Amino acid sequence: MVTVATDLWDVVASVVDPEIPVLTIEDLGVLRDVTEESGTVRVTITPTYSGCPAMRQIEDEITSALLRAGVEDFEIIVVHNPPWTTDWISAEGHRKLSAFGIAPPSSPHDILCPRCQAHDPRLVARFSGTACQALLVCSSCGEPFKQFKVLR
Amino acid sequence: MSSEATQWVVSAPPQGSQPLDLPVEIAEWVAHADDNLVLAQRLGEWISWAPDLEIDIALGNIGLDHLGVARNLYTYAGEVEGKGRTEDDFAMRRTERDFRNVLLVEQPNGDFAQTIVRQFFFDVYQIGLWDRLSVSDDDTIAGIAGRAAKEAAYHLEFSSSWVLRLGDGTDESNRRTQKAVDALWRFTGEINSAAWQNQVTAVLTEASLVVPEDPYQRVGGRDGYHTEHLGYLLAEMQWMDRAYPGLEW
Repeated sequence: MVTVATDLWDVVASVVDPEIPVLTIEDLGVLRDVTEESGTVRVTITPTYSGCPAMRQIEDEITSALLRAGVEDFEIIVVHNPPWTTDWISAEGHRKLSAFGIAPPSSPHDILCPRCQAHDPRLVARFSGTACQALLVCSSCGEPFKQFKVLR
Repeated sequence: MSSEATQWVVSAPPQGSQPLDLPVEIAEWVAHADDNLVLAQRLGEWISWAPDLEIDIALGNIGLDHLGVARNLYTYAGEVEGKGRTEDDFAMRRTERDFRNVLLVEQPNGDFAQTIVRQFFFDVYQIGLWDRLSVSDDDTIAGIAGRAAKEAAYHLEFSSSWVLRLGDGTDESNRRTQKAVDALWRFTGEINSAAWQNQVTAVLTEASLVVPEDPYQRVGGRDGYHTEHLGYLLAEMQWMDRAYPGLEW
């Protein structure tokens, strides 16, 4: 049985986003709190996009991570307020996104091609593979890439 | 001009239909959830049929946002009601007469122009609604609305930019878009306001489209009186849950 709060946080924080597996739910800012009271662990998360299909899987992954760590008495609480914003994605999250080939959320004139770092990509579609990502094309190297859209 | 349109026949409540029987405030959340669920189902009908891949994905993603808002609101309404109702009870186990969505969202997809005009009318309405609810005294509703407002802004960017392109495009795209505006105008009585009117008029005018002057408005969705289209939509959406009660993935 894991009892130290920081260990519990690490257990839950290791869960990754199923759509963007380089990001943990801690990097994303989805994980808000992990507490333990009278033997019950409470994990508080805030969903990203309203319709994000990954949320259900994230809850399943948290469940399985806790069970693997020997925690059986727990609940996952979904809190909608304050609403999630892309500002909650950590600096580490931004770095990981770029390395993964996805431009992190930023204002249009700050978007850099993740491959060649050129400015001024061309917007192809505001909605791409997922609701949270737009599709762009680099005007320098010509490669298409996705950007995590700003939501704030 | 409007006298002919008022001959609409209102469907009778089906046998065995249960009244919603919810406190006013919760019923309002359910009505907004119904709007979003029904429109999500409509947008889902486009999957693999849209004019091109980007639009296909955009319509699917927008539908997913609407579905998410509906699920959040149903789940919370059930929690506050405190009688153990789940999102599936609201979505899958109510009949047409118990749905409180506005008539606009249940209107068929028609061609791409009609889908876009329907989306545009609804997006303008939703932004005003979510802005208002995002300062609700109820924390959870304020949170759900706060996020929905940001998503609706992306939806409006998509729908209004297409209204402009279609209206200002070819003679054919202008004709079809005008036809959609004229056909859907009578279903905007449940969502319009002075702000809505101003914003819609500005975009339609910029898109070289004519704002209809027909004053006739068909209403009733918020009271459970729907056009004939909703029943078919629900039949398709609910059949699996009704055929296999209590099924789970």
